[in-house]
Amino acid sequence: MSEPNSQLWEVFIRSRNGLAHKHAGSLHAADSTLALQAARDVYTRRGEGLSIWVVPSNAITASDPAEAGMMFEPAQSKIYRHPTFYDVPDEVGHM
Amino acid sequence: MYTQALNAPQSDERHLEDADKSARFEARVANEQRIEPNDWMPAAYRKTLTRQISQHAHSEIVGMLPEGNWITRAPTLRRKAALLAKVQDECGHGLYLYAAAETLGSSREELVDQLLGGKAKYSSIFNYPTLTWADIGAIGWLVDGAAIMNQIPLCRCSYGPYARAMIRVCKEESFHQRQGYEIMVTLSRGTDEQKAMAQDALNRWWWPCLMMFGPPDQQSQHGNQSTRWKIKRFSNDELRQKFVDATVPQARYLGLTMPDPELRFNDATQHWDFGAIDWQEFADVLAGFGPCNRDRMAARRKAHDDGAWVREAAQAYADKERARRAADNAVAA
Amino acid sequence: MATASIAIVETPLVNYALRRGDDALILGHRLSEWCGHAPMLEEDMALANMGLDLIGQARELYSYAAQAEGAANTEDTLAYLRDVRQYRNLLLVEQPNGDFARTMLRQLFYSAFADPYWRAMMGSSDPTLAAIAAKSEKESAYHLRHASEWVIRLGDGTEESHRRAQTAIDELWAFTGELFHVDDGDAALIKDGIAIDPERLRGVWSETIATVLSRATLQRPNSDWMQQGGRAGHHSEHLGHLLSELQSLQRSFPGATW
Repeated sequence: MSEPNSQLWEVFIRSRNGLAHKHAGSLHAADSTLALQAARDVYTRRGEGLSIWVVPSNAITASDPAEAGMMFEPAQSKIYRHPTFYDVPDEVGHM
Repeated sequence: MYTQALNAPQSDERHLEDADKSARFEARVANEQRIEPNDWMPAAYRKTLTRQISQHAHSEIVGMLPEGNWITRAPTLRRKAALLAKVQDECGHGLYLYAAAETLGSSREELVDQLLGGKAKYSSIFNYPTLTWADIGAIGWLVDGAAIMNQIPLCRCSYGPYARAMIRVCKEESFHQRQGYEIMVTLSRGTDEQKAMAQDALNRWWWPCLMMFGPPDQQSQHGNQSTRWKIKRFSNDELRQKFVDATVPQARYLGLTMPDPELRFNDATQHWDFGAIDWQEFADVLAGFGPCNRDRMAARRKAHDDGAWVREAAQAYADKERARRAADNAVAA
Repeated sequence: MATASIAIVETPLVNYALRRGDDALILGHRLSEWCGHAPMLEEDMALANMGLDLIGQARELYSYAAQAEGAANTEDTLAYLRDVRQYRNLLLVEQPNGDFARTMLRQLFYSAFADPYWRAMMGSSDPTLAAIAAKSEKESAYHLRHASEWVIRLGDGTEESHRRAQTAIDELWAFTGELFHVDDGDAALIKDGIAIDPERLRGVWSETIATVLSRATLQRPNSDWMQQGGRAGHHSEHLGHLLSELQSLQRSFPGATW
């Protein structure tokens, strides 16, 4: 008796402050035009956005949490990538 | 990410309850880390959350009906706009919550089927009728007030998508309770008839609101496990007490009388003591014997059934368009 | 005891603002009836948004009508204390929601007019009407987009949706002529540059409808017979029921503040 599952979409909104599009939530729609309209009606009711992306949820490839160690831990030891790693004499001032 | 596709039932692995994975999971939760859709989780955690989030979603959607009952009769244009916006918000909240539940592997269609098939529960409060305009004030003030007590701690729930949905819900709901209280203030400063209407609404909604927090702690089925998993941060009785303490002074300001002769401030505990709740009534309403259970389900089934041809049409058009594009591409190639 | 209807000093400007306010309120009210009952949650959100836009337009137009009248009326007395004969909305907007196809076709017919109408009214010599137009134009543009996309999908969707959409067109078509109604009072306002001549919009309206219906594989009816009357308070029987619901509290509790 269950209906076939309708397409799920991920909604990304760029807010007024000029930041990048950010994931706002999901919705169901049969096609991209309806998805965009629904995103506008569901996720920007309080003036949250100036631009919307909708992406079919099944088009997203995600990293595997089981591989989080291999994927992300090697970056943690590269402290020389951060400015605080380097000493600059106080007399030089802000750099 | 709120994706359904990523959560296609994973092999049987998750039923094996691998001791190692289980220990790591428990440690992460204990450490206040968020669990995300792709993460390994115990089957019972998935089941508990699916049940809780989908019941929460059903409650938002069924909850549109008692208030929606007054949209066409709101007494001023300002009230009409506010009420329509508020009930629309409930719809949005249901939508966010279904999406959060979907990340656990059940589709919205399945979850809605469970509701319409009578297999899923929703908040008992929405099985009471809205008889007068004051009920709209009382719902905003008391029902939303009680809901907020429940929902704020859920913003820190261990399951990421649920917590994020609740953050959005709480932000949007901040006007709901004020909207209701403003109606109560206006009525309680109005004519004698209006004051009586406000008092009557408080009398009818007060006890069902106290029941909204669920059975007393000694009887709660889901309490301990949910607390350990950081799905639930406060017990039913703690939240209920918090609600009573916050609400009694608000009722006093309105000049209304609480329908509880045993209500009194306890100097020792610094809390308001209140009378016994009729848990039989709660059980009856949950079992389907409230004043509006049948009407609520009939309305949801009708909307679902009447809308089926629209959903089919949208899907049929999408399929045709895809086929037409494919044909165009084939010609071009 | 019930609260009696108000009397209105009907100048051309008061009438003009009231008529547009009535269109917006009655259509907004109809859309609000969907709340909680739409075919999918996403459309419940959309219908409520459109309803809120229209109720907002009605409030501004009523406030302006009250100001132009210069008596003690307010947006609420105008909305809640006029009877069916004093309401001046189009017959189109008071038609019951029916199924989703009927609601979307009604919305398409209205918005395909309202969108270019408000755009043209932005040039009104009346600054208040021009300001209301600037806000309403963006809202109407979206309503038109939304309704068009749905009519296309319903027309070119399934056999059932096509049949329902065509039935809705056939039943609503006779109410579209009134969109272009002008009376003597309006003519004076048009002459002064306060209002625009709706006849100017007939071409663009017909073209929009033709484009959408063609993409939807739907037919424009051959009949040219048009039902009129709403602008003079000669309504269908539907409006009285709508108003008895809308006005019930204000009518039942004389003098109360809500």
